[in-house]
Amino acid sequence: MNVTFKLLRFDPERDAKPHWESYQVEMEPTDRVLDGLEAIKGRLDGTLGFRRSCAHGICGSDAMLINGRNRLACKVLVKNLEQPIAIEPMRGFKVVKDFMVDLTPFFAKYRSVKPFLIESGPPPEKERLQSPKDRERFDDTTKCILCGACTTSCPSFWSNPDYAGPAAIVQAHRFLFDSRDAGKKERLAVLNTQDGVWRCRTVFNCVQACPRGINVTRAIGEVKLALLRGKA
Amino acid sequence: MTHTFDAVIVGAGGAGLMAALQATRGQSPAGTVPKVAVLSKLYPTRSHTGTAQGGIGAALGNSEEDRWEWHMFDTVKGGDYLGDQDAIEIMCREAVDTVYELEHMGLPFSRTPDGKIAQRPFGGHTREFGKAAVRRACYAADRTGHMILQTLYQQCIKQGVTFFDEFHVVDLLLDGGAVRGVAAVEIATGDLHTFAAKAVLFATGGCGRMFKITSNALTLTGDGMGVVYRRGIPLQDMEFFQFHPTGIYKMGILITEGARGEGGILRNNSGERFMERYAPNLKDLAPRDMVSRAMHTEIRQGRGIGGKDYLHLDLTHLDPQVIHDKLPDITDFVETYLGIDPVKAPIPVQPTAHYAMGGIPTNADGEVVIDERRTPLPGLYAAGECACVSVHGGNRLGTNSLVDIIVFGRRSGKALGEYVKRSAPAGLPADPEGQTRERLKRLREGRGPERVSSIREALQAEMTDKASVFRTAGELQKMLEVLTGLKARYEKAALQDRGSRFNMELLEAFELGCLLDLAQVTVTCALNRQESRGAHCREDFPKRDDANWFKHTLAWKRGDRVEIGYKPVVVTRFQPQERKY
Ligand SMILES: Cc1cc2nc3c(=O)[nH]c(=O)nc-3n(C[C@H](O)[C@H](O)[C@H](O)COP(=O)(O)OP(=O)(O)OC[C@H]3O[C@@H](n4cnc5c(N)ncnc54)[C@H](O)[C@@H]3O)c2cc1C
Ligand code: SF4
Ligand code: FES
Repeated sequence: MNVTFKLLRFDPERDAKPHWESYQVEMEPTDRVLDGLEAIKGRLDGTLGFRRSCAHGICGSDAMLINGRNRLACKVLVKNLEQPIAIEPMRGFKVVKDFMVDLTPFFAKYRSVKPFLIESGPPPEKERLQSPKDRERFDDTTKCILCGACTTSCPSFWSNPDYAGPAAIVQAHRFLFDSRDAGKKERLAVLNTQDGVWRCRTVFNCVQACPRGINVTRAIGEVKLALLRGKA
Repeated sequence: MTHTFDAVIVGAGGAGLMAALQATRGQSPAGTVPKVAVLSKLYPTRSHTGTAQGGIGAALGNSEEDRWEWHMFDTVKGGDYLGDQDAIEIMCREAVDTVYELEHMGLPFSRTPDGKIAQRPFGGHTREFGKAAVRRACYAADRTGHMILQTLYQQCIKQGVTFFDEFHVVDLLLDGGAVRGVAAVEIATGDLHTFAAKAVLFATGGCGRMFKITSNALTLTGDGMGVVYRRGIPLQDMEFFQFHPTGIYKMGILITEGARGEGGILRNNSGERFMERYAPNLKDLAPRDMVSRAMHTEIRQGRGIGGKDYLHLDLTHLDPQVIHDKLPDITDFVETYLGIDPVKAPIPVQPTAHYAMGGIPTNADGEVVIDERRTPLPGLYAAGECACVSVHGGNRLGTNSLVDIIVFGRRSGKALGEYVKRSAPAGLPADPEGQTRERLKRLREGRGPERVSSIREALQAEMTDKASVFRTAGELQKMLEVLTGLKARYEKAALQDRGSRFNMELLEAFELGCLLDLAQVTVTCALNRQESRGAHCREDFPKRDDANWFKHTLAWKRGDRVEIGYKPVVVTRFQPQERKY
């Protein structure tokens, strides 16, 4: 089938401001949007810039705004989209070229929540035990691939770029609710600041945006509750 | 721009991150922790280790009795006896402790009812030297690799490891045969950087993108192998490339062997469980090379589904709860890409190019060894899929790559850390990036009629057609001719992107250059090896031939040609036997 794409192009090296360009490619209905971008780059315009790697929704490289919603280009099929397929970069980070944004602040927020296990003492010789129920407690947030789709769909983040944002809170949740972690106090302190978890206004955009099906708003809610109670 | 470090690690997948953790471990007195930089063309969490699904093998014996000796035997036999048994022994012994180490780092493994690390059956994993299947694959649902990658990256942050994200390494710097560092393109600016270092470790992953149907990421273009090969270092056993039985039809996306581990069955057009005919004992859980060949045979004999080139992976008889709990991600893939609910309908699958058993030859400390006598090149290391220790021999057992990257990532990181402490700083050669600057300039300024993407597509289609599961001298010979043509076209490729910032087209051109070289090595070695062993199956030489071919292949670049040499296989405990399952 013939598919029309409308891409918001911007190369700060050459363009004064972003502009739309249209492209047409022959595709199978079951092809991914990413296949379309690859075809455009390969056959029509080699200057097109986007990140991608795994091509099946696991590496988190290719989140972008597709027909008005943040999604991974490799995880949406062209047959499920209205044409022309309009693509823009994620909102809220500086665009460095076409659909590539500067992720430095995103990873800085990630680092700020101490995204690593903090141990209470030396580990046993074998594995630490953890019941399936305790493991289940934080299962949802272990799925995060740091794609940025949630944070860049969040109105609170747009209006306040210093807000930690849903992705960082999801990462904090993954440790706060892990029975093996002893860093709860330090992490909760980070999230209890002005730009921490309280900026969340429960808009639910993040839940819609998450390609891993993580219930981001629920995770944020659980962190808020933990703060109110003083413990996770 | 020039940076100076004690050591540079190229690649931030499981192998690179594990090596970085070891090399910068701070137990030594302050000030003596080596200064290490990790360079990666992708953000570390985008690395392909994150896509590994099924599990990591280790004889923990959490669900039933298991021993590392059995794991060792399975690895030796699974590799059709080509693996070096001294290295395999190290791997299977150390697997146990490294899995515990991962748990200690916080890896969220799935758990048994009594809270231990959960384990499941996998292809070729057996108890008592082949008697029956055993539960050895430690897993975190079907996202074990994701959890490993995340956990290691988290630990690197905790430990303060220095990263250069989106730096694409394009050359290894040597001076009179001694390691001096690497040259890399900073993707954001297009600037060429020199990293001066006493030691370099390559952990750049696989090269599956030389094939059309593959489970490998678009970025798995064998850069590390390509770079060292061009610098005169040999590659080992490149004719051995694994085709995984269950790739999603036409797309190649992997459905983990864990799906068969949980009870999934392969069926042909009449619904027959055909693996019963090929491997009466292990059936669907026979090693990958055997299952892939059986599938090709079924398809060739007209028993593909609807006469087409695919078969069915049937999970419909499994408890939906098992599918939901243990295989959530593959359920999601199948729903997203095929619109199929695996609880209700079988999944169309075909073999998919998956894993390079070959690579940069190393010893068990990750030191790159450059000849038939295993002479190390001081300061040069490799680990993970780009390396060949060789533990996988002619065919890798499922879950053994994750073991490999963790065990040998750790060992090589440790060796590298010690090496830089005892060796003196080394100066750079004159004009260190000269050669690279020339190469990139040629690529950037090419004015010919050819496009990188069309050459790449042709390469992939031809390789899948002529050099995959079944091979013959005739087809391989033709493939070499095709490659000569493609290389000539590559010389005439022109880029449309002439900018410097984020010029992905330029880097893709560089990657294609690596793939073309590696395809040439793969095909030359495949043509040379006149026997069938593991994943390398020659229809014109259908038997394994230990009298003539019980040896590793080494391949050197000599101008446009590939020169071949050999190196003996290390046998310690298990003498070669016929391989039956
Ligand atoms: C879909 C899939 C499922 C799998 N499942 C399993 C499984 O269940 N069990 C198992 O044992 N194995 C599995 N494997 C195999 C295993 O995942 C890989 O072999 C292994 O993860 C490779 O790890 P690595 O660290 O060597 O490389 P990778 O994780 O691929 O990392 C390579 C790194 O090198 C960097 N790099 C590459 N080129 C350059 C360059 N030029 N400059 C700078 N950086 C560069 C990349 O950015 C990346 O950081 C699976 C593989 C696939 C494809
Ligand atoms: S929570 Fe979901 S949307 Fe947000 S970064 Fe993680 S995977 Fe992406
Ligand atoms: S390319 Fe990896 S998530 Fe889309």
